[in-house]
Amino acid sequence: MVGRSARDEQQLLETIEEIPLDSLSYHTQSFFLRHKYIAGPYPNDFATWAAIQVRDRVLGEKLGILNPYDFENLEALRTEIVNIIDEHLSQLQIIPQVIYGEPFHFMQSRIIEVPTGLEARSLAEFRKILATVDASVIYYHNFEAILRLGRKVGDFALWIEEQLNLPELAQKISRIDFYMISLESVRHQIIKLCDEVLEKETRR
Amino acid sequence: MSHLDDYREVVPKGTVDFLKCLAERVKGRKILHINSTKLGGGVAEMLRSDVLLLQDIGIEAEWQIISGTEEFFNVTKCFHNALQGQDQHLSQQMLEAYWEVNKENARRLSFDADYVVIHDPQPAALIESRLTQGKWVWRCHIDISRPQWKVWSFLKQFVVHYNAAIFSLPRFAQRLPIPQFLIYPSIDPLSDKNRDLSPQEQSRILSRLNVPTDKPMLLQVSRFDRFKDPLGVIQTYRLVKKHHDLQLVLAGGEATDDPEGKTVLSEVREAAREDPDIHILLLPADANLEINALQRSATIVLQKSLREGFGLTVAEAMWKGKPVIGGSAGGITVQIVYGVTGFTVNSVEGAAFRIHHLLDNPEVMTKIGEDGKEYVRQNFLITRNLGDWLALMNYLGRTS
Repeated sequence: MVGRSARDEQQLLETIEEIPLDSLSYHTQSFFLRHKYIAGPYPNDFATWAAIQVRDRVLGEKLGILNPYDFENLEALRTEIVNIIDEHLSQLQIIPQVIYGEPFHFMQSRIIEVPTGLEARSLAEFRKILATVDASVIYYHNFEAILRLGRKVGDFALWIEEQLNLPELAQKISRIDFYMISLESVRHQIIKLCDEVLEKETRR
Repeated sequence: MSHLDDYREVVPKGTVDFLKCLAERVKGRKILHINSTKLGGGVAEMLRSDVLLLQDIGIEAEWQIISGTEEFFNVTKCFHNALQGQDQHLSQQMLEAYWEVNKENARRLSFDADYVVIHDPQPAALIESRLTQGKWVWRCHIDISRPQWKVWSFLKQFVVHYNAAIFSLPRFAQRLPIPQFLIYPSIDPLSDKNRDLSPQEQSRILSRLNVPTDKPMLLQVSRFDRFKDPLGVIQTYRLVKKHHDLQLVLAGGEATDDPEGKTVLSEVREAAREDPDIHILLLPADANLEINALQRSATIVLQKSLREGFGLTVAEAMWKGKPVIGGSAGGITVQIVYGVTGFTVNSVEGAAFRIHHLLDNPEVMTKIGEDGKEYVRQNFLITRNLGDWLALMNYLGRTS
């Protein structure tokens, strides 16, 4: 916990400008890790707080559409969030604040990498393992890898394209909608895509 | 003896294997938990399961308790109340009694461990006697978001010497020069309070408690304490009763450390008088199976608290697939995702409206019950707690 909080949108803006990048990452990218099954209305904490706690749906909507994986790095993401809030506040006479709701409490997190010891050498093996692993594995390889390695696609799509030579499947996986929100939905979607390819192979 | 593998059937996919991998990184290290009681209360309940599971996964886990005089526990009770915002007077003599008991315990206990976790304010001053190289962590289970300043200043002089502090909600974080971590409390799905019960077991227990099963049941499990708003629950029930023939069960222990507890209980009895459909059950602290059976038999569970620490009874009820309506207080707001895993409300009227809404829409009740159970499975089971401990040990080990 960072030990800082915001009671209104101006404080939110000023604190976002100052917080460590680990905190920005916690409230945006790692949202998936904390909501593996069910999520709030928007896929980042700033949007959800504005909409639910401040009851400012307009800012909630503007921040809610942000895809943190569209940005080159966290500083670029921070700049965009600051710009959105700044522009929103410039159009208001009164700064929206929490009256009945909770202040925004800033947090930060670190990723601990844990080798699972599991290896896949074919699509069938990959599909089988994916169905049973902890959902954090999906976050780590499908989302976190994009930022960690500065690539356009996650580990799954890259491996499927390069090692299994299945570019079409890789592309479909890389295009899975970020706004599906929960890791379980993402798992379900990837398994479904793999099954389609495996069924075609069986029929041949 | 609990085994992590016993949890495979109830926890999310891959969790057990993931925890085993995570444990490999800290295997062989020793963690020592110290608190003030092994009996009763949520902390002791959680520690019991935590320690057994840590041992099962290859961590040398130990749990010790401090001993103290009656005067000491009176002082720490005052601490507890003052840290939760109540006005309390603490004399110099009382502070000295606190210090003295901690010193005596420090002479008696061995702190030979890689991680020494001190729970709550009672043993917090043990840090003064730290001689070993282990990492010391202060685990605070109570709401200190609005503490009485003098008491918090006294306690803070010890807390700042720890390597880290852990709180149960983000809002409990303080301005401290040490890292602060968030670990939500959790429930043990295999304990007597939460394990599956057969319909026969349930009906046997309900019949022993004299609770009929012929009407839909509203249930609140909590101490008879004003902050839990039992009178508000009765008012809510009366508003709903106009349109639905149901019964209300208020079950809980008397708050023995709360002088107001008896008064609240008699007010509740008075308010319920002459209504055969209101059942007030005064249960002993170890009535885990009874609470389990009541929660499983309920139609809707209420936790209409006005002020709350974390409120794990919400997760307990959600784990049993029940829709929960809770007050917008403390950790209830973390457990209930509004409209998805239950409803948070701010008034008697709000609670009554949501009960009507659920009773009139059984399919909504079913969906909320299912989603609530999954939400608890992902976020509030003991295995998540175990993962948090392992991650913390990993983190603290790395920063040495």
